[in-house]
Amino acid sequence: MANMLEVTSLGISFGGLRAVDELNLSIPKGALVGLIGPNGAGKTTVFNMLTGVYRPTDGGIRLDGENIIGKTPHEISKMGIARTFQNIRLFPGMTVLDNVKVGLHNQMPYTLAESVFHLGSYRKKERGMDARALEILSVFGLEEAAAYRASNLPYGRQRKLEIARALATNPKLLLLDEPAAGMNPQETGELMETIQLVRQRFGVTILLIEHDMKLVSGICEYLYVLNFGRLLAEGTPGEVLHNPDVVVAYLGE
Amino acid sequence: MNFLFNLINGISLGSVYAIIALGYTMVYGIAKMLNFAHGDVIMVGAYVSFCATSYLGVSPFLSVGMAIVICAVLGVAIERLAYKPLRSASSLAVLITAIGVSYFLQNAALLIWGSNPKNFSSIVGNASIKLFGGQLSIPVITIVTVVTCIVVMAALTIFTSKSKLGTAMRAVSEDKGAAQLMGINVNTTISLTFAIGSGLAAVAGVLLCSAYPVMTPTLGAMPGIKAFTAAVFGGIGSIPGAMIGGILLGIIENFSKAYIDTQLSDAIVFLVLIVVLLIKPDGLMGKKQSEKV
Repeated sequence: MANMLEVTSLGISFGGLRAVDELNLSIPKGALVGLIGPNGAGKTTVFNMLTGVYRPTDGGIRLDGENIIGKTPHEISKMGIARTFQNIRLFPGMTVLDNVKVGLHNQMPYTLAESVFHLGSYRKKERGMDARALEILSVFGLEEAAAYRASNLPYGRQRKLEIARALATNPKLLLLDEPAAGMNPQETGELMETIQLVRQRFGVTILLIEHDMKLVSGICEYLYVLNFGRLLAEGTPGEVLHNPDVVVAYLGE
Repeated sequence: MNFLFNLINGISLGSVYAIIALGYTMVYGIAKMLNFAHGDVIMVGAYVSFCATSYLGVSPFLSVGMAIVICAVLGVAIERLAYKPLRSASSLAVLITAIGVSYFLQNAALLIWGSNPKNFSSIVGNASIKLFGGQLSIPVITIVTVVTCIVVMAALTIFTSKSKLGTAMRAVSEDKGAAQLMGINVNTTISLTFAIGSGLAAVAGVLLCSAYPVMTPTLGAMPGIKAFTAAVFGGIGSIPGAMIGGILLGIIENFSKAYIDTQLSDAIVFLVLIVVLLIKPDGLMGKKQSEKV
């Protein structure tokens, strides 16, 4: 099967600091893969390169066969990569519904003339957009909260809303940056179910960064371990978590 | 009757401030910068309309359209050339640049149109409506100004809250980085904001010069500062705030002129601003900046 994401010899330097070096990732279509590693290993930096926030110093990134290096974040979003953030970055003053509609932005193409003059076709598309946004929210059990301000949602539901907003961009590849951060065990359990559901419902390939080993070993099929910007190990969760190098990296000698 | 007359004139002057303040507040909300060249765009709008009617013989309403288009293009060009390269620079650098652009526009106007005051002829003529058996006479331009302000306000509110581009604008104003990662072209959104703000400045310029017809290249400076005051007064970043701030400022200014002292009116306006900010630092409709500990 073809790979959804192909990362080859990826590297980035900030001044003299080599934050990521010689990184290779191959993620098959439809896979659910984890990227783990100690704090400061460069995991979020990898996400920032995949989404065009940082431009890699060297190496290549291909999404579904297409090069994405040098593209701007909004172009990459259109090409099919969506993400969530380690520290939630919703649009706090907007409603839950509007947050999702921002994600839908690129799929409801109407011309400037339509939006200025509010033609009939515009209204129809706007209604379509509302319906689609509500449909996505309902997958996360958030439809009755549609009119709330995003900042008024409890923490766990804000995390869900971030995933909903990312899915609204209709991605091929979904990047989740520490989705379980700050969650209690029960919320983490729910989140695992949500991620599985998302994968089935939206047929999306998922790459996630996570520290919660229970979550990682519970749902990921394959893991990459990053340490000091380099790939330390890769394999199935069983292999990786018993790898002596990985144990040392996490716990020390 | 005098009171009513002064109130209506105050609302009309305030409506001009409100339209200018909308430009300040929208740009601030989205680009997080204070565009001090905004006042001078008003001046350009007034001169363009003046030239179109006097030299090209265009009808007054078409001249307003031309002024809107030219100012919108000017606003986008200013943003692209002067502010965009500084987007990640300190806000102080951007502020100084904006002041520089302001002087540039004033001096360019001085070169093109000279320093002699020009006489702007009102787009709706000098007719007025007499009420209460001729006791109260209201110039038509006053009514046109107030109506324009209400229409602009309503249109902008609907645009930002209901349309796709408006949603994109709000998203960019809340979190540029996240908006970009959701597929929004931040550059286009910022350009659009400048285009709308500058187009409104052209409208304000024409309305202002229709009521106060003496035109000089520095005509935009004082209304610009007052409209900025109005935007801060109402809560910068808030569209209804700009409207309320502008109108209140116009009323206060006009009442000060009528009942206290013409010379002191500006001082009183700014005094009110200081008092409001002492009591309510975020302005009348501003978002409360509370910090979670």
